[in-house]
Amino acid sequence: MVQTAPGGRAVGRGFVMEVTLGAAGREPAPVTILKPARGWASLDLKELWRYRELVFFLIWRDVKVRYKQTLLGAAWAVLKPLFSMIIFYIIFGRLAGIGTDGAPGPVFYFAGLLPWVLFQDGVTKAGASLVAGSNLITKVYFPRMAIPLAAVVAGVVDFMVAFAVLVVMMISYGVHLTGWVWTLPLFLLLALVTSLGVGLWLSAMNVAYRDVGYVTPFIVQAWLYASPVAYSTTLIPQGPWRVLYGLNPMAGVVQGFRWAILGVGEPALGLLLTSTAAALILLISGMVYFRRMERTFADVV
Amino acid sequence: MSNVAIHVSDLGKLYRIGTLPSGYRTLRDALVEGVGGLLRRRSSAVRRPSSDAIWALRHVSFHVEQGQVLGIIGPNGAGKSTLLKLLSRVTDPTEGYAEVHGRVGSLLEVGTGFHPELTGRENIYLNGAILGMKRIEIERKFDEIVAFAEVEKFIDTPVKRYSSGMYLRLAFAVAAHLEPEVLVVDEVLAVGDAEFQRKCLGKMSDVAQQGRTVLFVSHNMSAILRLTEETLVIRGGQLVMRAPTPEAIDFYMTSGMSQAGERRWELDEPAIVAASPFRPISLRVTEATGRTTGQVMASAPFQVAFEYELAQDITGLRVGLYLFTSRGEAVFTSFDTDDPLSFEEHAARRAGRYVSRCTIPADLLNEGRFVLGVNASSFRIRSYFTDENALSFNVDGTGSPGSHWAERRRGPLRPALPWEIAEAMR
Repeated sequence: MVQTAPGGRAVGRGFVMEVTLGAAGREPAPVTILKPARGWASLDLKELWRYRELVFFLIWRDVKVRYKQTLLGAAWAVLKPLFSMIIFYIIFGRLAGIGTDGAPGPVFYFAGLLPWVLFQDGVTKAGASLVAGSNLITKVYFPRMAIPLAAVVAGVVDFMVAFAVLVVMMISYGVHLTGWVWTLPLFLLLALVTSLGVGLWLSAMNVAYRDVGYVTPFIVQAWLYASPVAYSTTLIPQGPWRVLYGLNPMAGVVQGFRWAILGVGEPALGLLLTSTAAALILLISGMVYFRRMERTFADVV
Repeated sequence: MSNVAIHVSDLGKLYRIGTLPSGYRTLRDALVEGVGGLLRRRSSAVRRPSSDAIWALRHVSFHVEQGQVLGIIGPNGAGKSTLLKLLSRVTDPTEGYAEVHGRVGSLLEVGTGFHPELTGRENIYLNGAILGMKRIEIERKFDEIVAFAEVEKFIDTPVKRYSSGMYLRLAFAVAAHLEPEVLVVDEVLAVGDAEFQRKCLGKMSDVAQQGRTVLFVSHNMSAILRLTEETLVIRGGQLVMRAPTPEAIDFYMTSGMSQAGERRWELDEPAIVAASPFRPISLRVTEATGRTTGQVMASAPFQVAFEYELAQDITGLRVGLYLFTSRGEAVFTSFDTDDPLSFEEHAARRAGRYVSRCTIPADLLNEGRFVLGVNASSFRIRSYFTDENALSFNVDGTGSPGSHWAERRRGPLRPALPWEIAEAMR
């Protein structure tokens, strides 16, 4: 007889996973304990890590389907920020005459729109993702966070495509890369963190209250004007105001993004730190709320 | 205790009625409720089983040993699917405790997560990952899955172009190649043609033979009989019986029915109200002497009498019987106006009270338990009333044809047929 010995024990979501040695010791056969969950659940990111292949396949599905179903496919990834760029250039650049920190208008706006579109698509898609995946939620177990996470990360592919266009634009306008371009992935990551944080809140609320689906476009639109996409942070008065402005994490993202590739504006460390802190608070609170609501998803959706 | 695969103790799941039929709430509802809740001074802080909540499952306890194949049967809405959802962690229990040893693969629906735009190949990977397979595992079994599904030629075609048969075969093929220690299966065989169902059943019994633990929910009694040795009967959220499968099926098919050879319908049952102007009164099995009985001799004729009332004249009415075995296989259907002459004579039945009486001849049925159903309808106009589980009765085989050999005969019938034994011509 093979002796079964309890191994590591982690408490999470009302399930206690005990790892024991299975028959012949080939693979550990986990013991799942089911009992009512009470109160706040732990984040249990280990479980999400165990399901990383599923997250990968969900991202891959989202990307594939997005490019398969549309006539123009990858072109949309470019067209969306391109149209917004043209509008911003005409209205804010030409008519309103708002300054672009000395950078060529089109490049200035396009560089701001890239992280913004990543954020906007991530929030919108993640917000609707659980409801769209209700057939999965009611039939199979996996960490539910995989669904909004995949929806957010899938946007990176669109981002890359649009980024290639930005590079072409920079070359044709003769804009030189700065030495700080290596910080770009950090701002990209900050955009993803913010997007996921908001997406987790919205998706979990959307399961119980479909109103969220109607509210999301307004939130996103208001957020756009609260972020320095169509204007520069230099419009905001120096000092404490600008640091406070960083409470909108997208302010830090967009500002930092432009600074890293165009060298316009300044690193604005205070603003950046506030933004990073705000983004992390959004993400962590989103995760906690999501985990708390998660156990009712299958019953309510 | 080391070979226990599933241990369930006092498990229960409470659904709020509002959340049951996938009705989502709006923010306004929540606000209204929230304010109302404040006004009521939080009297209901503790989860209480109020009138707007139902127990889909309650006080359910059982255990399953490793390698056991356990069937689960019960009427619709009895809580079978809820039980499987709890065991596969799709939803959390409200009370109780359960332990599952080993990885659980759940097959609550074939093709979960299939995307119509993706090709067969892509869907195999996606669906496999959703069901909990690792990528290398899927790669290893890929050819086997494709061969089982018989879709080699179309593997790079989007599944939206598949026929429904191909789609199902592919979906089942992925699921069938899961290798968890515990497999939880819900009614996947209810779909597809007969050929496909045979194939699925074959695969399922392979799985069972590999020593894996399987929980199998189905309405298909012959599939349950073929695949499982023991079966749970669930009714109204409660576990009412656990027994060897033939016994459990027999209990399920016949329980709730009078064993005394008589069934009466109450006036206020919804089905009775809906049947108006037809009103069933009673169904009886009687011996030749006229005595009502739950046990008849196969060697003597007996009668089945269906009493009913017509609140108004009905044209073209036919009142009939269904006979089933206790495993749910149909044996025959017969109507009181099957004879064209009789149909002409009773073309319009006046309002009033009637008895339609049928004589079952001697030496027709084999020994065993049978279930009677009734039907009253006007062909192609309206079906007034149907009850497929009206009454059950036993047939005693003493004195049946061939009973000088002490053996069980197969089949629901054991008729006395004319035989002739002659010397063959050379």
